[in-house]
Amino acid sequence: MELKPIITVAAKEFRDRIRNRWVLAVALVFAAFSLVIAYFGGAQQGVVGFRSIEVTIASLVSLVIYLIPLIALLLGFDAIVGERERGSLGLLLALPITRLELMLGKYFGLALALTLSTLVGFGVVALLLWKHMDVNALFHYFGFIFSSVLLGLAFLSIAILISVLARDRTRASGMAIAAWFFFVLVFDLILLGILVTTGGKFAGDSFAWLLLLNPADVFRILNVFSLEDVRTLYGLASVMPASLGSPIRMGGVMLVWIVFPLLWANWRFKP
Amino acid sequence: MKNGISGVVNISQVNNNQFAIVLRDVRKYYGVVHAVDGVDLRIPHGKIFGLIGHNGAGKSTLFKMMLGLERPTSGEIIVAGEGVASSNFRSARRKLGYLPENVVLYDNLSGLETLHFFARLKGAALKECEPLLDKVGLAHAGKRAVREYSKGMRQRLGFAQALLGGPQVLFLDEPTNGLDPQAIRDFYITLRELQQAGVTIVITSHILSELQERVDELAILAAGKVQAQGSVQQLREDTNLPLIIEVDLFGDQNSEMIQALKSIINILPDPTPSGLRFECPRERKIAVLAAIAPLGIQDIRLLEPSLEDMFFGFSE
Repeated sequence: MELKPIITVAAKEFRDRIRNRWVLAVALVFAAFSLVIAYFGGAQQGVVGFRSIEVTIASLVSLVIYLIPLIALLLGFDAIVGERERGSLGLLLALPITRLELMLGKYFGLALALTLSTLVGFGVVALLLWKHMDVNALFHYFGFIFSSVLLGLAFLSIAILISVLARDRTRASGMAIAAWFFFVLVFDLILLGILVTTGGKFAGDSFAWLLLLNPADVFRILNVFSLEDVRTLYGLASVMPASLGSPIRMGGVMLVWIVFPLLWANWRFKP
Repeated sequence: MKNGISGVVNISQVNNNQFAIVLRDVRKYYGVVHAVDGVDLRIPHGKIFGLIGHNGAGKSTLFKMMLGLERPTSGEIIVAGEGVASSNFRSARRKLGYLPENVVLYDNLSGLETLHFFARLKGAALKECEPLLDKVGLAHAGKRAVREYSKGMRQRLGFAQALLGGPQVLFLDEPTNGLDPQAIRDFYITLRELQQAGVTIVITSHILSELQERVDELAILAAGKVQAQGSVQQLREDTNLPLIIEVDLFGDQNSEMIQALKSIINILPDPTPSGLRFECPRERKIAVLAAIAPLGIQDIRLLEPSLEDMFFGFSE
């Protein structure tokens, strides 16, 4: 494997996203949403303005779980199948570049665009609100941004896998939307349904580990359980085993979610 | 009308170094569909080699296999000295150029950016790009986005990217699609320059009249098999299709001419405004010319069978 082709493809993908203002648009979306939540998140309780970092993060987590997976899936779903359908894949692969290098180049270019827009979008909030935050709050907020980046990268990997598996862009977009529905909406409902149906028979540590099968839940755990106050707010402290509260361990699980779909995609991306 | 491969060659003893491309009993099956069904080809270095066949004959599949884009079901393919299945084929790819049919490029990049992108991937020098744009007549449009290009301009840009890195072997699939007559003429001039510089060129085209006088050798594919291979003249002789002879006469000497032709080749010629036109078996050409020469001919034209005539003959 050579680095140069990966960098060449990645640079082109990133440049395309800068040129078509995708990075700018997504960064603005993140900035706007997070500012609105930071200032007006407590409006229902009759409170306006920045409250605490814990409450802000808790609200942003709910937003990010819906938004970032969707953006990542829509960003990456046609990375490979789009080239194939357009007819440019054959020309690319006739060059001295392997399928793996092409796939990684696409991934890293898109990942850079997504990461930049996430950092800028949420980073703007930190710049505007830093006076309201102490060092500890800033630390947790940057931790939230970092975990958001990891969430985006995980779903981008899933998108690349979809792009390799799908026969055409239409199927790929359908699979991407289905993936979003499954991980963001359906998965937790299934787990809750099992819990309720069985009357809590299978509740316990082992059941909680099932949450690791969903990168959106891993992200939620990363953020929710790293903050004592938020943990209490969510009231799930009694359900989750202590081992799930380790950010390092959850970060490792997120890395698995980033790498595993790419490995699978590489295995399936064959002539 | 069918013929085997011209010449007698023991495939197993072929020295790969003699040829830029070697295909040995190559097959590609998609389930019950035999897209390529036992193809043996040897393409010498520095030749322009035409690959012709009807739609579905297996040309595109062969191209893809020679470029390593698809694996053959069985058989061996060697291009630029490397087996396409070998791990070293990547280095061989730097010596290849490929222009696909209906080339698709990136609309948001300019012509120059497109060449830069492909040059980086190919390991070619970026400084080659501007001269190549000039060579294909796109110097004036290098900074414009490809989305603004016409079909002919895209085709020329595609040809320029195929020339990046000074390839030893060029694969051109319907390369004159969308080009105007002047651009086609310039294209074939460039092709001949490349051939004279030692580049091996494999070209397909549905416009057989274009290929006829421009290829050094060709192979006719039908139903996944090579029906004939050789130079145009060799294939003419192999097909044994008759010549067409058109004779312009002084005055009214038709009856004498007709008598002479009837006695030699037992054929009734068709009248033309200035004389006669008839088919002549190749082996009787000299006898016919000798017989009609004294009969007051104003002009005579010998028309060899066209590539199209041969193509239809072998495809049946």
